[in-house]
Order: sequence, then C-alpha cells, then structure tokens
Amino acid sequence: MTKDGPVARPLRLDGQGKPLWLVCELTYKCPLKCPWCNNPLEFGSIRNELSTEEWKRVLRESRALGSLQLGFTGGEPLVRNDLEELVAEADGLGFYTNLITSTVGLNAERLARLKAAGLKQIQVSLQSHDATTTNTLVGAPVHDHKVAMIREIKAQGFPVVLNIPVVRQNIAHTIAYLELALDLGVDYVEFANVQYYNWALVNRDELMPTLDELRESEAAINAFRARVGKRMTVYFVIPDYFNGRPKACMNGWGSIIMTIAPDGLALPCQEARILKGLDFPSVRDHSVEWIWKDSPAFKAYRGDDWMKEPCRSCDEKEKDFGGCRCQAYLLTGDAANPDPACSKSPFHHKIDQAIVEAHRPQRNSRPLVMRQAGAAS
Amino acid sequence: MSGIDEVKDTDVIELHPMYMLRWEESEQAHILLYPEGIVKLNSSAGEILKRFVGGRLVAEVVAELSALCPDEDIAADILVFLEIANDKGWTRRKAAQA
Repeated sequence: MTKDGPVARPLRLDGQGKPLWLVCELTYKCPLKCPWCNNPLEFGSIRNELSTEEWKRVLRESRALGSLQLGFTGGEPLVRNDLEELVAEADGLGFYTNLITSTVGLNAERLARLKAAGLKQIQVSLQSHDATTTNTLVGAPVHDHKVAMIREIKAQGFPVVLNIPVVRQNIAHTIAYLELALDLGVDYVEFANVQYYNWALVNRDELMPTLDELRESEAAINAFRARVGKRMTVYFVIPDYFNGRPKACMNGWGSIIMTIAPDGLALPCQEARILKGLDFPSVRDHSVEWIWKDSPAFKAYRGDDWMKEPCRSCDEKEKDFGGCRCQAYLLTGDAANPDPACSKSPFHHKIDQAIVEAHRPQRNSRPLVMRQAGAAS
Repeated sequence: MSGIDEVKDTDVIELHPMYMLRWEESEQAHILLYPEGIVKLNSSAGEILKRFVGGRLVAEVVAELSALCPDEDIAADILVFLEIANDKGWTRRKAAQA
C-alpha cells in the first residue's frame, strides 16, 4: 500500500515534540503482491515479529508520550490473530484506532469483533472500479471481496477512507472510481501518489503516469467535488515528481510520526530502513521514550541543523523540511542532500531523467515485478 | 463569511458521528479525532462542542453557557462558532425526529 496519507496533505501540525501519530506495522506478511508495496524488498527475510505483549508495551509507552492517532498496518494487519486484542488495548489507552487494510482476511464476524474492540476507522485500498484491473494489479482475485467488505464496513458504521494508488494502469479510471466510491458510501477517497521507494522504485518506469494524465485526473476530480459537495471528501495532489517542490515528508523527520516495524525497529518513516548508516533502535532494546527523544536515528534529520544548501537558506524550509530523506538517499546517495524533487535541488535532473525515461516512446515495457519474497533485491 | 449556512437558535446540531471528542490530559484540552486528523480545541470551543455530542437544540446550549458566563453576551459568538464547525464538518444539523 502507499501511505503518503496524512503526510502528503497540506496539513501542518505542531506536535510540540510529541509522537502524535503512531504507525504499527504489525507484520510484513500479506496475501497480495502489489508492485508498489512500500515494504522492504527483503521483507521475506525479516522475521521475529513482535509478540502481543511487546506490541502492548509499545502502545502504552507511546500513549504516555502523547500519541493520539494509531494506524495498524503491514503487510496485511489482518494476518495477525491478535489484532482484536491489540485494538482493544489501544482503545482502552485512548488512541483513535485506524486499520489500514486490503480487507483480505476480513468477514462480517471479524469486523463486528473489531468494532466491539473499539476500532474507530478503516482505510481500504482499492485499485480500480474494474475487477480485472484490480486483480491484475494486486496479483490476486480479490476485487469482489474488497467491494463487498467495503459495503459491510459501512453497514457496521465505520468511517471509511478509500485509498487508490495512482498509477498509469488506473489513472484513466478516475471518474468511474469516484462513482463507485460514492455508491459505496465511503467518507473519504484518497488518490495516493505512489512513492518511488522499494517495490515502487523497481517498477517506476511501468507505474509512473504522465503529467497530462495527472492533470486530466485532477480536472475530473475537481468537477466531481463541485457536484458532490460535502458528501465525500476527495484528496488529490500533483505528485512531487511533477510539482517542482518536494512533499513535506512526515511533517519533518522525527516531528510527529513514529513507525514501529514488525520486528520492533523504530523508524521515523515507513521507508527509513533503506537508509544505510543510520542505526535504527529497536523497541526490544530501548524504551519508546528514549527512542523518540534521544536516539541518534530520530535526531539525525530533526529540525534543520543537518540541512545543506540550498535548503539551509531556503525560505520554504519551514514548509517542506527539505523534502524526503529517503528519496534524497535513493537518488543521490546522501540522505542530507536536498530532495531531488525540488527544482532548486542540484539533483533535480535525476527526477527529470526518470520522467523522460518512463515515458520515452521507444522504451520496451517490462512486466511488473510483483511483491514476492526473493523477487527483487 | 459568505457561503456559510446560518445557524439559528431553533436548530438541532450534533457532533458529526465520524468525529470523536474527548478530553486529553496530555494536551489539557478537548481534542477532536477523526480519520487521519487531530484538532486541538481551545477551551470555549471544547465547552461548546462537548454539549452537542448526540445532538442538542442550539437555544438550550446557548442558555446553559450564558448562565455560566452571566457577565458576557456570548450567544452570537456561539452561533458563529457553530457555523464554522458545520462548515468544517465537525457538526451538522440533526435530521428532525418524530
């Protein structure tokens, strides 16, 4: 799944130094094979998931630090049989609990148990209005199940965020997708720009839509918004590759968001474990408080002392925090470099080259590399 | 504030069921939690909104809060706040009940 959710929005929060948003990646296991998955390429070799009791300790310690929003994600969090127990623990602690799911592994009975446990909100990924497109993109025949489950989730009274990863294969479906979302009665639709790390970076040339396609999609969304009004909220932003300015990634490193990976590694963002040279602490070895406040990894790019030029003297640094450290690392080799998505970055040509390459008419298209253990490294 | 729907004493307003309102000790404030969002309310906003959980007649809440602040005329401010809250989607008019 792509989870640029709260981060890519024009939302600013002053967390006053608190990890307001806790993301728990309960597992990397997932029955789907989405070729834009943000899990590590080597997910198959990362084992030793946190136990129920270890997760509960993470929840308690984070809540004590002031965490309020909680996302259970993965992989597919429904794979964990203790999901209900963890939701109940989190709800009892006062978290607003979100489940981020494909719905594979969900049925009406389990949903009712999650509701009883205190689950507040569900975000469902759906890749198209069209079953063949969805099933092809995720590598499994799950479209009809997803649609049925979204109806069931609404019937049981949950707010629903429907999340569509925006890729070349589905961008022409914008209007039909919105009509389906309206029919399903979802509350929010999030057009999630695929972030090109991990599996999505492997498949970048095959997935990246053109600027014209994005503009067309945007126009269709604006017309839809005007027609539908407040019944449904639609989030859409032009992705950083085409925007000339980087995303305000994570609202700043170590600013409001903390992710705990399935094996207990604490990360300032879900992609951060690709950054070599940073020693990410584990909740197995340290308290959440020490990790958040004092660990070198969380302090590495907090604030702006680490910035290079032109970020350091840029009058927009309070707005975008120099963009995304993972993108800077992947495309330039140094996470402290300005995000190449910014037109002021000396590395911006890397983005331009990627766009040209992805859309070069003579380019031979390759099959998508589906997310499977051992399929890419 | 053109485009904003006027709120009247006779309206019944409710906190939108998608929003969870509660006191948060660590913030010393009422907060609104909703899908992918957090709003920290100032004390007046918190005092007003908490009275609309489940739905209340605006006039009742105005009377209740006015009694708590007898030296100030707060009625108009409450209506303006509710108009903003409605516009933001935090609250809505409750459908008439039989």
